[in-house]
Amino acid sequence: MSLLTIEGLQAGYGERSVLHDIDLAISERKIQVVLGANGAGKTTLLRAISGTTTRSGTIMFDGKRIDRLSARKVVASGVAHVPQGRGTFADLTVDENIRLGAYLRSSAEARQDRERWLTYFPRLQERLSQQAGSLSGGEQQMLAIARALMLRPRLLLLDEPSLGLAPIITQSLFKTLAAIREETGMTMLIVEQSANLALEVADSGVVLESGRIVLRDSAQNLAGNDEVRRIYLGYE
Amino acid sequence: MSVVVKPRLPVAVRIATAIVVAILFLYVIPFMIPNYLVSQFATVLVFAIAIVGINLVTGYGGAITLGHAAFVALGSYTTAILTVRYGWNPYATIPVAAALSWIAGWCLGFPALRLQGLYLALGTLVLSITVPPVLKRFDAFTGGVQGLNVGNPAPPASVPLDESQWIYFVSLAIAAVLYVVARRILSGPLRRALVAARDNQLVAAVMGVNRARLTTATFAMSSLYAGVAGSLYAMIVGFVSPDTFNVMMSLSLFVGAVVGGITSLSGAFIGAMFIQFVPIWASDIDVSLGGLVFGGALILTLVLIPAGVGGLAERWYLRACARLGWTEAAATETAIEASTRGAQHEAT
Amino acid sequence: MTLFANQLIDGLADGAIYASLALALVFSYRSTGIVNFAQGEMAMLSAYVTWQLMAWGLPLIPAALISIVLSFIAGALLYASIVKPLSHASLLTVVSVLIGLYLALNSLAGFLWTYTIKALPSLFPKAHLQLGSFSVSAETAGIIAVVGVVLLLLYLLFETTKVGLAMRGAASTPDSAVLVGVSVPVMLLIGWGIAAALGALSGILVAPKVFLNPTMMFGVIIYAFAAATLGGFDSVVGAVVGGLLVGIVENLVGTYIPWIGPDLKIIVALVLIFGTLLIKPDGLFGRKKVVRL
Repeated sequence: MSLLTIEGLQAGYGERSVLHDIDLAISERKIQVVLGANGAGKTTLLRAISGTTTRSGTIMFDGKRIDRLSARKVVASGVAHVPQGRGTFADLTVDENIRLGAYLRSSAEARQDRERWLTYFPRLQERLSQQAGSLSGGEQQMLAIARALMLRPRLLLLDEPSLGLAPIITQSLFKTLAAIREETGMTMLIVEQSANLALEVADSGVVLESGRIVLRDSAQNLAGNDEVRRIYLGYE
Repeated sequence: MSVVVKPRLPVAVRIATAIVVAILFLYVIPFMIPNYLVSQFATVLVFAIAIVGINLVTGYGGAITLGHAAFVALGSYTTAILTVRYGWNPYATIPVAAALSWIAGWCLGFPALRLQGLYLALGTLVLSITVPPVLKRFDAFTGGVQGLNVGNPAPPASVPLDESQWIYFVSLAIAAVLYVVARRILSGPLRRALVAARDNQLVAAVMGVNRARLTTATFAMSSLYAGVAGSLYAMIVGFVSPDTFNVMMSLSLFVGAVVGGITSLSGAFIGAMFIQFVPIWASDIDVSLGGLVFGGALILTLVLIPAGVGGLAERWYLRACARLGWTEAAATETAIEASTRGAQHEAT
Repeated sequence: MTLFANQLIDGLADGAIYASLALALVFSYRSTGIVNFAQGEMAMLSAYVTWQLMAWGLPLIPAALISIVLSFIAGALLYASIVKPLSHASLLTVVSVLIGLYLALNSLAGFLWTYTIKALPSLFPKAHLQLGSFSVSAETAGIIAVVGVVLLLLYLLFETTKVGLAMRGAASTPDSAVLVGVSVPVMLLIGWGIAAALGALSGILVAPKVFLNPTMMFGVIIYAFAAATLGGFDSVVGAVVGGLLVGIVENLVGTYIPWIGPDLKIIVALVLIFGTLLIKPDGLFGRKKVVRL
């Protein structure tokens, strides 16, 4: 049973169409990675799902259609989107960022979850009262993920979490994501440009090119695919 | 932002237009209408001069100013003080008023460079609120609340005109000169530099435009226009007092500029007529109606015709010419589209 | 010394009024990047509404409270009907519309209530509090207390409640606020409502001092502009500190610099605004804005 099913999705910005006729399905408890070059439409795909861009086609989430819902309603239905560039509330403290992540939930639940996620991100624990804008790139990414998790989403959309991070930090980030999936069974759709680490934690993946899916396979096969290795993994 | 060359009309059409305009301004207004209206039309010309100044700085310079009455006041009081206290010939005070307000504009233009958008609007608004109290405070010079009696300059004995007609023609001559100057400024390379600096600072920088100096120069130039307007205003009214130059005058001029069309120089006259006559008619009905109409007109103009009445009229005129086969229709449409775009992009 | 202390206290009371109006400006600026030029006129109308309610027989305090609530609604309506549709308009359009509103509201007050001065009674008794050697009027003390309490309530709203947090988030990073499920337009609507309510408070507090008339806020809004500029247009703390400073400076300058005197006090605002914009354009507490080409 797939948690998210996309059929015939078109999306873009205003009159400019970026995605054409996308079909995609993600099963529950799985991590799927979306590979593709700059401008292939990866970010647009996530934004189409979370309702932050114009789209048409069918998007079924958990048996309900969400392609007509506003971004806020999509979020409320259990889809958390960590946007590219993190999108933390720079003026607010780390703690306030995390609390705001639980805006749609009751305070009691939120308090519990806060403790729980902070154990995954001890660095944030140390910086609770610091302004989010003053954090390092890696810390901001952690904060953005922690904030998204506060929603207790069924599906987590991550847009290039490794962008601008040192390889070692990216590594620990993906380890954390794998651990979170292990413990909570959360479904994740991760967009990545440099995909080594993403394919390690993912179950399956698709390759986007000029707004169309040109390849879909298991993560293992993708990692072994010569074409993918050459273009996205940096092997010659 | 591309620079669009307006389609050139045939010489005959342009001569015909010029003749109509000349008859209107040289004969109909000064000789055909009641005398009290002639001096009101002189005021219209004066307002039009100040509005052309706002067109320059706000429409093309992209700097919103809500304080032009301050420069009008400077011009008026220069003329008043020099004639009343030092016995100058009133006409001789016009260049002094122009120079002083140009200098003041240059000095205030310096902060204007550093003030982005809203702050400049705010600063100039506050400036214009401060003007009347300052004028009242230095009463030894300005005559305080009582003001100064300048008197209307009499026409030379050899000229068969009455006072209103005379001052009307003086204003008309000066307005015409300043209008041509503004046209000159806004044609050719300077227009391109101004528009580039207004719409896209990066492009302007690449083009080698020094935005800071350009803004200051534009601000100073527009202050000069306001100063000359003020000087003439003192002669038309024959009397200056602090509360004339209150914030309402600044806002009226702004309303006139927007209603006439912020990038339309010909619209300045329409805008000036609007701010001169509408309050008079409105106050016959109710004292408070003028402000209501001003406010409503400002909002409605921007919603319905962002190019202003003048811009709209220019467009109709161009379309009509195209329809009559005088100009190429395609070129007309490009020019119209460009002017619409300009009107929508002002001062972003 | 007593004169100085009295001027200081009076300055604080004036400053408290400026602070609440400056805060109104800051709230609308922070949420939508717009300086509401019509804020003062809205406050003036609120004072008139209070007067009208009293004329219809309500006691002062309920009339003031109802007027503040109505102002909140009016501010929210203003956002929904005018400001939100303008969110992508050019600066000239925004400024023009707000100036248009300023002119229209001013005339509306003149139309509805004429230009003759009316008296709105003070919220406070005509008593004096004796504190050791110098005395403070109940009005002065009352204004400081009322604004203080309102500031405290606002602080609690923004620092301790979920809605307050969401409002701050929506103002700071609207794109992300959507992604945590905050309805940004609703938050901005509330922000404009609070701004109008604060403006109403300042109008009601200042009306007994300057008498009720359509131009009563001209002088006040200038000092509020100065306060917001001095403190930084995007800083809540700045608006309060700026307001109090402007109030004190204005009073001291008017008293101790005879050259300026009470007539020319308004120049203090002009100097403060241009001085701040030239020396520290973001104000004392404002965040530095990165100007992108």
